[in-house]
Amino acid sequence: MTSLTNPRVPVLEVSDLAISYHDGGAYQEVVHGVSFRVEAGQVVALVGESGSGKTTTAQSIIGLLAANGRVDRGAIKLNGTDISRWSDKQLDTIRGASISLVPQDPGSSLNPVKTIGDQVGEILEIHGKLRGKDLERRVVALLDRVGLSEPEFRARQYPHELSGGMRQRVLIAIAITLKPQLIIADEPTSALDVTVQKRILDLIDELRREYGTAVLLVTHDLGIAADRADRVVVLQGGRVQEEGSAIDVLASPRSAYTRQLIADAPSLARSVTRAPATARLPDESAPADDIVVVEQLVQAFRRPGTGQPPLLAVDKVSFRVRRGTTHALVGESGSGKTTTIRAVVGFQRPTSGTIRVDGTDLANLNGEALRQFRRKIQLVYQNPYASLDPRQTVFGIIEEPLLNFGAVKRTERRAKVMSILGRVGLPEATALRRPHALSGGQRQRVAIARALILEPQVVVLDEAVSALDVTVQARILDLLDELQQDLGLTYLFVSHDLAVVRQIADTVSVLRGGRLVDGGPVAQVFEQPGSDYTRELINAIPGRNHPVFA
Amino acid sequence: MTSRYLLGRVGQALLVLWAAFTVSFVLLQAMPGDAILIKFQNPDLGLTAQQIAEIRASYGAEGPLWLQYIHSIGNFLTGNFGYSVQAGVPVSASLAAHLPVTLKLAMLGFLLASIFAVAIAFLSSLAPFAWLRSAIQSIPSLFISVPTFWLGIMLIQIFSFRLKLVPVINPDPWQEFILPVITLAVPISAPLAQVLVRNIDEVLTRPFVAVARAKGATRNRVLWRHVAKNALLPTLTIAGVLFGELIAGAVVTETVFGLNGIGGLTERAVGSQDAAVLQAIVVLSAAAFVIINLIVDLVFPILDPRLRTNPGAAA
Repeated sequence: MTSLTNPRVPVLEVSDLAISYHDGGAYQEVVHGVSFRVEAGQVVALVGESGSGKTTTAQSIIGLLAANGRVDRGAIKLNGTDISRWSDKQLDTIRGASISLVPQDPGSSLNPVKTIGDQVGEILEIHGKLRGKDLERRVVALLDRVGLSEPEFRARQYPHELSGGMRQRVLIAIAITLKPQLIIADEPTSALDVTVQKRILDLIDELRREYGTAVLLVTHDLGIAADRADRVVVLQGGRVQEEGSAIDVLASPRSAYTRQLIADAPSLARSVTRAPATARLPDESAPADDIVVVEQLVQAFRRPGTGQPPLLAVDKVSFRVRRGTTHALVGESGSGKTTTIRAVVGFQRPTSGTIRVDGTDLANLNGEALRQFRRKIQLVYQNPYASLDPRQTVFGIIEEPLLNFGAVKRTERRAKVMSILGRVGLPEATALRRPHALSGGQRQRVAIARALILEPQVVVLDEAVSALDVTVQARILDLLDELQQDLGLTYLFVSHDLAVVRQIADTVSVLRGGRLVDGGPVAQVFEQPGSDYTRELINAIPGRNHPVFA
Repeated sequence: MTSRYLLGRVGQALLVLWAAFTVSFVLLQAMPGDAILIKFQNPDLGLTAQQIAEIRASYGAEGPLWLQYIHSIGNFLTGNFGYSVQAGVPVSASLAAHLPVTLKLAMLGFLLASIFAVAIAFLSSLAPFAWLRSAIQSIPSLFISVPTFWLGIMLIQIFSFRLKLVPVINPDPWQEFILPVITLAVPISAPLAQVLVRNIDEVLTRPFVAVARAKGATRNRVLWRHVAKNALLPTLTIAGVLFGELIAGAVVTETVFGLNGIGGLTERAVGSQDAAVLQAIVVLSAAAFVIINLIVDLVFPILDPRLRTNPGAAA
């Protein structure tokens, strides 16, 4: 690691940077005097939650602030030259060549109507490096370098034909093409599955070492910062809270905010704060009271016109959930976890197998009986921004299920909504607001309140905390725990995040490609994984091997 | 694209044609009176009721309605569109005489409308100042609110009579089309431009644009190499739908400029209740509409790789 006394000029030196956004009338400052530096070959993590200004800061460095943003003061020095006031024309000469970008969402970061080869080749074309056959050969070599199989074939494919991880490899290939001195990686893996995430971060690490490129890693995940960065800059509300070597910051954080972040990060949790999951399980000898029983569930989807056999999205999956406990379904995209819960809540009929909820066999339910059954089991969705009607008030959103199920007097409805608002920790004034006036965490509380108003016995949480910042996520997990203890709820918790699962679940089923590969009490699955895949998932949790947390 | 998909689309197209034929047949028959009565009942001709009945029989206008329906659908299928009562010539000859004018007008009009739309959309996106941008973006609203007949008259007033740029008396075959094509293009270009402006704005916010900028691509390059195709693709679907407006616009435009096309023919046929001619025009317009939309649907997968089914590509 390079020390601060090194006389060499740093690759990037940001000093007293202030940025504001034009919002209707006036400019509002969102980044207030941020300073940090990145030495050659270093990885510096810019860590913070949404609204911390980390992405805005990163965008300003490469001159890609949104049209309504501007740099108010301060300097962005690239190799000693201040580029903060450069025109687009000047910046075009260094973008791609000296600074490059690995974006957040590989799904939408490639042009859907151009081939992979064209998009990688474009950077060589723009900077006039190569053309014709040489360019094509270089593109194939780059795709090969970032670990894509059959690179010649990939070069002719379009983005939609590649998986998320493969697309991120393509974007990394673009970023390293001209061997820039600095790569800005803006949440490069937050949209990817955890095992893919690890492989992508390994690749960035490897290329950094090979090319000696410095990396500014923008992330909300302290675990990733702990694993990958030499230095960590913690941002909150547009200000640097703390800066230092990764080990110092994580082992002995100086600011209260950093301490909070570390405490709330599930992947860094040194000890499980909650009562040990297994302790709350009833004795093995006690009569089993399984509220959800899934046996040999199969869900097949026909693929007309392709001549292929039906797709087995879920293939003979069985699990049981005891009343009052939390069962987690864990798996990556395509593992069948969402399909499984859709069958459990009665949205779709299983191809075969049985599902019993509180003694009722779902196969026997139709029409009105099925509708009444939904009182017992409620869903909370992943995205708190999309799952609430933007035109209804919070009161209306929470009240609606009551209107759907029988006549409840207006005064009684009001009392119920207000009491549930209190339960989920929202002030009464929230009732008259609309979703857009609430934060992500508040919205998810509203979604939980809506699920609870019918006093269900089972709540299905479909990635319900995945879209939230760690500190918000920790508060929602606390709330869920409290509600479970007070109301005796049973949770079916769907997640791709094993670290969160370890915190909240009592039992777990690990799914892969529609099959159950592992299952049992959480502690047992973590300590003695029953499959290689589970082991791979556990190893991919960022931060877990960091000396500070080991 | 499978051949099954292709067959399905062609089948749908035929169904639409049949429906257009049937609906127009029923509507035309439901009108009181017909072209034969209008032409031959004139007292000056002094025809007896029996003579008129014979004429009716010779046109196939007698007999039960369902028989006439079967008869004329059979004729249409064999390419026989019947006789125009008013003009006394086969409908097909009448169409052949008037169609080229309308075809030329419609095609040139659509071409010019596309040019207008693309110019408005891309100029507004390249405009260096906010005021210029909003000025350019307000053009479509202006275009869409101008009535075709008024625009035609204004264009003649200004360019022919005041500025004397385009002759109205004995123009050559191309000069004759200049003002009508502009008149037709203006209202068609407006919705195209509006959709295109919105699409460009939307595509500009997508992350792949930032990635292209991060490669060092200039604003112009991003606009032409990355944004243009993504923004134009969805516009193609409404271009197919706008064809209907194009036909309607052509009728008014031909009337204003005295062009002897399908528009003029339609106008006269309506006046004299010339059912055979109207029937043929309805079916012809429906056919053109269906074919244009069929082409749009079939061309789409060629332009947009995401719509190509490519087995094995997901490997």
